[in-house]
Amino acid sequence: MAAVSKTTDGTVHGALDVSAIKKDFPVLSQTPHGKRLVYLDSAASSQHPQAVLDAMDDYYATSHANVHRGVYALAEEADRRYEAARLAVGRFIGAPQPDVEVLFVKNATEAINLVAATWGRANLQPGDAVLLTDIEHHANLVPWLMLAEERGLELRWIPMGDDYRLDVADLDRLLSGVKLVACTTMSNVLGTITPFARIAEAAHEAGAVVVADAAQSVPHLATDVSSLGCDFLAFSAHKMLGPTGIGVLWGRAELLEAMPPFLGGGGMIRDVRRDGFSPNVLPWKFEAGTPPIAEAVGLAAAVRYLEDIGLDRVRAHEVTLVSYAQEQLVARFGDDLRIFGPAGTDERGGVLSLQYRDIHPHDLSQVLDQSGVCIRAGHHCAKPLMRRLGVPATARASFYLYNDESDVDALADALDSAGTLFG
Amino acid sequence: MPGLEDLYREIILDHYRSPRNRGELPEPPARRVEGFNPLCGDEVVVYLVVEDGTVKDIRIAGQGCSISQSSASLMSAAVKGKAVGEVRDLIRTFKAMMSIHEARLGDGDETSASDGAGPDGEEPVDVNRLGELAALQGVVKFPVRIKCATLSWNTLAQGLDEAEQAS
Repeated sequence: MAAVSKTTDGTVHGALDVSAIKKDFPVLSQTPHGKRLVYLDSAASSQHPQAVLDAMDDYYATSHANVHRGVYALAEEADRRYEAARLAVGRFIGAPQPDVEVLFVKNATEAINLVAATWGRANLQPGDAVLLTDIEHHANLVPWLMLAEERGLELRWIPMGDDYRLDVADLDRLLSGVKLVACTTMSNVLGTITPFARIAEAAHEAGAVVVADAAQSVPHLATDVSSLGCDFLAFSAHKMLGPTGIGVLWGRAELLEAMPPFLGGGGMIRDVRRDGFSPNVLPWKFEAGTPPIAEAVGLAAAVRYLEDIGLDRVRAHEVTLVSYAQEQLVARFGDDLRIFGPAGTDERGGVLSLQYRDIHPHDLSQVLDQSGVCIRAGHHCAKPLMRRLGVPATARASFYLYNDESDVDALADALDSAGTLFG
Repeated sequence: MPGLEDLYREIILDHYRSPRNRGELPEPPARRVEGFNPLCGDEVVVYLVVEDGTVKDIRIAGQGCSISQSSASLMSAAVKGKAVGEVRDLIRTFKAMMSIHEARLGDGDETSASDGAGPDGEEPVDVNRLGELAALQGVVKFPVRIKCATLSWNTLAQGLDEAEQAS
């Protein structure tokens, strides 16, 4: 791979060679409005290295058949690649039993809905308390709101402090009697990295089960489910260089064993009779119907690409970039620019939510587009957080391993043009 | 490819910076109608006083981007004091302008929007009737922003319907 230089012992060190990495991503050679593409929307969806596209093409060109049912070489190869993807993903997040604990679903949203619909319905009774936080994405709110409405649950909230971090001072009181805690590991709006392990530890002492919405952290931070201390972990492939249409739910085996199935259909059963069915064993019990096979192969290729570079180096690169962006933006725009998110880089990822003067985020995004700069504008599927911040929307720039200082400069230059236009 | 000058005409920026008829009206006699664009969080509140078949007064509150806010401001100036029938005609004409197929506004054919042809099978759109509102026709070249421009108009239409049902 062009972007990675390995030393003789197979490990990789040092700063990322971003110009080489950029060449791995075909889409980055696009020139919208005649300008270099400056893609700063990876928190919404990341781009794909050629290796991921090739892996999916190769699967379709050489190995496609339905999985789990065929007794012929082609189907066995499809099966092999699909199950190999499961193991690769499991290893990537430190799953103790990747062959049974890693479930392929549609995306992180479906993963959390699965937990709410199965574990939640089986274990939560009227009056039971669920603890959420002020900074959750709708994917980790609405499934619980739906269940709360259905079951009459009490919802509690870990507040966000004025420093954009979760305020866990009152955690023990909030946890008293709580059955389930669902918390993000990194905010998609603020970039805040939450003290997840601490929350999970306290939650377990209080007897609660803990769900991690890790859609923003798995692509950017080395992840180990045991150190996080979660019982369930949800993330999407398309935010970590993989394809759309596939996500992952990791769950502790004994919980998954005890849960009722989610969707019913082919593949998830052991036996079906006119008067009932018995479910398949893990992980297939939760994978009804033909799964996203090519997408699993693409996700595995994305995992390989990230592992070859090393998540620690990706994180170090993003820390440098966010630090540079904070400095540049403050130096160039001063009080005209407000950044919603923790100061410094220790407890934040590569997500910068901005308000520039009184320019509406949609206008800002529209003007930036003319410079080839792609940012997201809106409520970022976090309306309760927008209300807490007192804004209807923000403009959000987010970084990944293929961004560099020149992209930050392009963002700052484009902000300048927007300032001129809206005077 | 359309440029920003097609979208952010000077009249639009002027109405965004200095919105007309901004504020609230006591209800009653005013009727309060809210419009939301759930995709972007834009919100417009129209306060409407309809008396003797006329839009006697109108105020606009809420928040949003330059397109939604300027469109609401331009709308308020255009409909204030007009007969309800005229206002409904104007809403129809404006919405027709906003649904002209993008292809008709292609590069190098800048006059096609004012040629007056509406969507297939519909009445021609006479943008000359729209006065200052015609400044918003460039929005059609930015399909994502069309909902911003039509938000206040849909809200006004809903307010007129409610006023009619109540009378």
